[in-house]
Parts: sequence; C-alpha cells; structure tokens
Amino acid sequence: MANAALDPHAAIATTASGVGSGLLTTEDGKPLARALVRSQRRARKRAFLLVLPLLVFILVTFVVPIGQMLTRSFHNDGFSANMPQVSAWFAETERGTPPDEAAWTALATDLVASADARSIGVVGTRINYDMPGTRSLFTSTGRQVRGGMEPPYQANLLEINEDWGDPRLWSVMREASTPLTANFYLASMDRTRDETGAIQQVEEQQRIYATLFWRTFWLSAVITALTFILGFPIAHLLATLPMRRSNLLMILVLLPFWTSLLVRTTSWMVLLQQQGVVNDILVWLGVIGGSQRLQMIYNQTGTIIAMTHILLPFMILPLYSVMRTINPTYVRAARSLGATSWTAFRRVYFPQTLPGLGAGAMLVFILAVGYYITPALVGGSSGMLISNMIAQHMTGTLNWSMAAALAALLLGAVLVLYWVYDRLVGVDNLKLG
Amino acid sequence: MALPSYASPLERVWHYAYLAGCAAIFFFLIAPIVVIIPLSFNAEPYFTFTDRMLEFDPEGYSTRWYSSLLTFGMQDPEATGWAFWSDAWANANWVKAAKNSIIIGVCSTIVATGLGTLAALGLSRPEMPYRRAIMAILISPMIVPLIITATGMFFFYSNPCELLTLVGLDPQCGRLAGSYLGVILAHATLGIPFVIITVTATLVGFDQSLNRAAASLGANPRTTFFKVTMPLILPGVVSGALFAFVTSFDEVVAVLFIAGPDQQTIPRQMWNGIREQISPAILAVATLLVIFSIALLTTVELLRRRSERIRGVTPR
Repeated sequence: MANAALDPHAAIATTASGVGSGLLTTEDGKPLARALVRSQRRARKRAFLLVLPLLVFILVTFVVPIGQMLTRSFHNDGFSANMPQVSAWFAETERGTPPDEAAWTALATDLVASADARSIGVVGTRINYDMPGTRSLFTSTGRQVRGGMEPPYQANLLEINEDWGDPRLWSVMREASTPLTANFYLASMDRTRDETGAIQQVEEQQRIYATLFWRTFWLSAVITALTFILGFPIAHLLATLPMRRSNLLMILVLLPFWTSLLVRTTSWMVLLQQQGVVNDILVWLGVIGGSQRLQMIYNQTGTIIAMTHILLPFMILPLYSVMRTINPTYVRAARSLGATSWTAFRRVYFPQTLPGLGAGAMLVFILAVGYYITPALVGGSSGMLISNMIAQHMTGTLNWSMAAALAALLLGAVLVLYWVYDRLVGVDNLKLG
Repeated sequence: MALPSYASPLERVWHYAYLAGCAAIFFFLIAPIVVIIPLSFNAEPYFTFTDRMLEFDPEGYSTRWYSSLLTFGMQDPEATGWAFWSDAWANANWVKAAKNSIIIGVCSTIVATGLGTLAALGLSRPEMPYRRAIMAILISPMIVPLIITATGMFFFYSNPCELLTLVGLDPQCGRLAGSYLGVILAHATLGIPFVIITVTATLVGFDQSLNRAAASLGANPRTTFFKVTMPLILPGVVSGALFAFVTSFDEVVAVLFIAGPDQQTIPRQMWNGIREQISPAILAVATLLVIFSIALLTTVELLRRRSERIRGVTPR
C-alpha cells in the first residue's frame, strides 16, 4: 500500500471505511468490487422485473399461439390417429410395396372402426388435402361398411369402389400414416408426390401458390416504389418549409394516418367504382366515353391505389424525420462550388436521405406483404395477396395445415425483413407521428 | 424553400412544377377522406354525386343515413320519445357495435398501457440485459402480419388450456374465443408495441439525474416515480394509450377470427356492411369516424407540444 496515499480515490475509500487493510472496502467492510458487482446485478434484476410481466404476456398471448399454430403445418394426425392398423402396416413395409392381404385387412378393420367412431370424415379430409376428390370415397365407403365387413377384404373393398386399388391413393395414405409431414410445404410451393413418392410440380393450371407469392412480393415492391415517388417530395417540402407552415401541412399527412383503415378503403371503393366519382369526372371531362367507364376496382389496380394511399404516411414520416436533420449548408456549398441543382441533389442531398428511405421502404414493404383487409375488399381475384389465401384456407376450405404452412412461409419472409430492418434502423428508432 | 432571386427561368419552372406536384400529392392524401363527407348526406342510395347534389338543391341532401344508424336493428323504429331511445340503446346494431368498441377499446388500452409503461421503464434503464432482443419481441405484434396473429389466436383462444396438456396436465378451462376477455387480451397484445414505442421515445429525453436528485432529498422509489417520473412522461404515456385505443378501435382481423356475435365492433359491422348490403349508411359511419380521428389527432398534437414544453425542448 505504498502508493495508496498517492491515489486520491483509494485514500477516500479507505478513510471512508475506516480500515487500513489492502483491499478497497465499503463502509460495512465488504470488498468494494464485489459490492459493486452485486449492486449492478440487483439493478439489472430490477430492470428485468419491470419488463417481465409484459414479456410473459406477449409470450403467452402472441408468441406461443403463433408457434402452436405453425406446428399444424407439419403435424397432422387426422389419418394416423384414426387408422392405426393400416398406419402400422405402412410403418413395417418399404415405400413402394404393393398392398398385400394384411394391408387390405388392416385397411378394412380401420375403415369399419373409423366409420363406427364417426371419424371417417376426418380421415377422408386429411387424404383429400393431398389427393383432391377422395373425401367422398372414404365417407361413402364408410357408410356401407358401418357395423362390420366380411372377408375377402380386397375384393369387397374394390367392389364398393374400385378407386381403392389406385396406387397413388396408397402412396398418399402412406404419406399421411405418420403425423409429421412435409406435404403441406410441398403443396405451398406447388409441388406434390407421385405414386412412387417422388416430388414433382403440379399441373400448370393448378400452380396457384407460387403465383400468389410472386404477386404478393411484386405488388408490395410496386407499392413501396409508389410510396417513395409520392412520399419523397412531400417529406422534402415538409422538412424545408418553416416550422409553422410545415406543421400545418403535416396535418394533411397525419389525418389519413389516424383515420380508420376501413374508412379509407371504403372511400376508395366509393371513388373508384364504375359509377363512382373518378369515372364520373373522367366522363365529364370527356377523357373517356360514357360507355367505356374504367374498371379500377376489384382488380390489381384497386389494390395498388388503395394500399399506396394507406401506406404513404409510413414512408413520409421516417423520411421527414431524417430530412429535418440534413444541414442545408451542404447543398449550398455544392452549389457555390459549381454543381448544378440536379448534381447537388444527386451527389449531396439524396445520399443523406438514405437512412430514412431505407427505414420507410422496409416498413412499407413489411406492412404491404402481410396486408389482408384492403386486398380482400378492393382486390377482387387478381388483386388478392397471400394473406387472403391464408384466410380462405382458415375459414373457407378449413385446410388448417395448409393455412399454417402458407403462414409459416409468409412469417419467415417477414421475420427476415424485420431482422434486416432492425440491423439497418434499429427497432428502438421506430417513431410514430 | 423560397426560390432564390438568382434562380434561372428553368429553375423557376421546376420549382413551381414541384410545388404543383406536392399539391397534387396532398390532394391524393386528403381527397378520399373528404369526399365521403358530402356523399354521406346523399338523399339517394348511391355512392356518387347526384345532379341535384351538384346543383346544391336542398332536396338532394338528407340525413336519412344518419338516422338509419340509430334505427337499423331496432325492434320498433316507429316508437316515439323515451321508448325510441331506449330501444335504440338496447337493440340498434350500430349502437351496440359502438358500445362494444368502446368497452373493448378502453379495457385493452388499460391493459396495454399498464404493462407497456412498466416495460418501457425497464427497457430504458441502461443496465437492462438483452435489451435489443426483448425489444424486438415486444414490437413484433406490430410487424407480424395480422392474418398470422389472428390465425394463431384463433386456435389459442378456442382452447387456451391445450398448452398445459403438453406438460402432462389435463385442466378444464373454457373458451376465450367469443368472450369479451378474449377480444380484450387480443387487442391489448396488438396495442402494446405502440405504447412501448411512444413511452420509450419519451424516456430517451428523460433526465435520470432528476430521479437521483429526488432520492438524495429523501424520496423513496415510489414517491420518486409518482412525483417526478410520472408527471414528466405522462404525455408520452397518454399518446401511447391513444395509439393503443385507436388500434383496438380500428381492428378487424382479430375480431373476425376470435369474436362471437356478441362482440360485434364498429369495424366488424362496417366489414359486414361493405361485403353484404352496402348502403350509404357506411358513409355516415365513416364520416363520424373521420370526425373522431380529427379529434384524436388534435389531442395527440396538443400532448406532443405539452411534452416538449415540459421537457424544455423548444419546438423547432
């Protein structure tokens, strides 16, 4: 402790503790370093405890339910749970084995049991997902075999319906005989398995999902580009006007932002329909004849116009907040050094707006990819997005596993974008209004 | 933005073209919202301006769609006086939807604001561990597409105890789907990111030495919070709460998936109206909602100014 006297901090600590030993200690004699670690740990714990209730709440009401829903995309025991014997036969034999007498016996036993337990509909529905049109095969056979069935099973089943001999059906049943399956993901990429289990593309007119994903991303990109083209001048104007006037104009941006989504969608339906205001004005101006009114709604045009309007504030606000911080003297300096206004804009001003542009574009794109309400109301069939297909499977066809598989792919895409957004902007820099 | 006096003619042309372009874009932003207001007074059941409306003939205008909001779904629209109002209050579909929207909105806002403010206080402490990851999770309900959230909630709220069976329990509990509690919890989840964002933004400018000053003067943590921290962050909390309320008030997808017929809200009623029997009554509702959003916007703007004034940030 020779140089302790030279260190003013040590001197204070030692005097405060009143102990002349080598270690720095707190007043009650504990080593200072350890006390510091402990108090930091306590502070961390206190901060975490404040966050904990919300974290638990979000995990229970949001994260876990979504995870639980997504398990349906690869777990479906509609067949395996209700057809145990034939499932066991599939487990014992190689892929491609033609059904022998044991298989037919197992199938017949399961069909009778399932028909008696009234679960044959569930079984048929599960097979129907992979091989459309087979649900009625199961339900009609089930009606006939209820209460029991005589051997020979193969001949009797084939007599009821010769489709039971279809090798593709047996291949599909084999796929469904384990609760875990990748078939819904295959289907969401327009792939299917043939009777040997090999993966192939579905027929051309049935390839809907790839088209839909492609359309979703393409329309979102178009909408993002449009919001940029429309939002950039507005943000620039708001950022360069004197505060009093820009505040006034800001209201024109914030009012749509605060107005109900359904109100804005309704307005566009009113404006764009064939007997609507926009067509009326065009006819009145003589741009189009009274009989050639434009179809601007219930198609892609409707989706693009309405979504651009709805998402425009999400582009303007981040751009504006970045543009406000750009020092106007740089542009003036560039001008004074001989740059034309275009060069000054391109080389000096525009690069400085890129953080805002990145934030706005990411936000608009992420929101557009998952949009549901607006395309459902104004999109018709050609302006439909992937969300609408998920809803269709949830409430229309009731193919929940398919809905979950599509949702998993969409969620994956959004999470990647979100991760990029977090890297570029940081979620804590997100600002509203 | 003023044009410098040395600007060339080309630059002048460009400048005015730019201003005209901006005006057109502002028109694009506002016109769709404004145009429905006069249309909601249309005497005819059309969504376009009739000739009589364009001639400003008072015959062309009517408030019938507004009164139809009260009478739609009533048992006896012909009743007079007190009986009329009590019937409308008890039975009219839009009135019931408004009541539900307000009940669900207020309750979910209370849940979201309470939990969200606490979490924001924790998140803004410098010693918070895993700050970025936790923030990303808490913001995610805003980012994850609504249809995915609603689908997940649909299964969860139909059988909230299914999770416990995974750990070997076999509890009995009812469905949350089709109950007010279910919708309130769902809307609170969706509103939480907005509370987190606005409150943490307010706390960024918060001077932590004020808390230390209060503590050094002998205040315990609770007194410090209620006497020092809370009044300063209150504007942020209130605007976060408003965001949460608007989110709930405007939410359709989750309601479509998890609400029962008793939890009909205004957006859901509008959704049904647009899809089934579209009538200008929708425009009357839309107009009322626009007025409502103007009121909200004004409130938020006043709060923002007040917040800046309290914190000594001069408005630029």
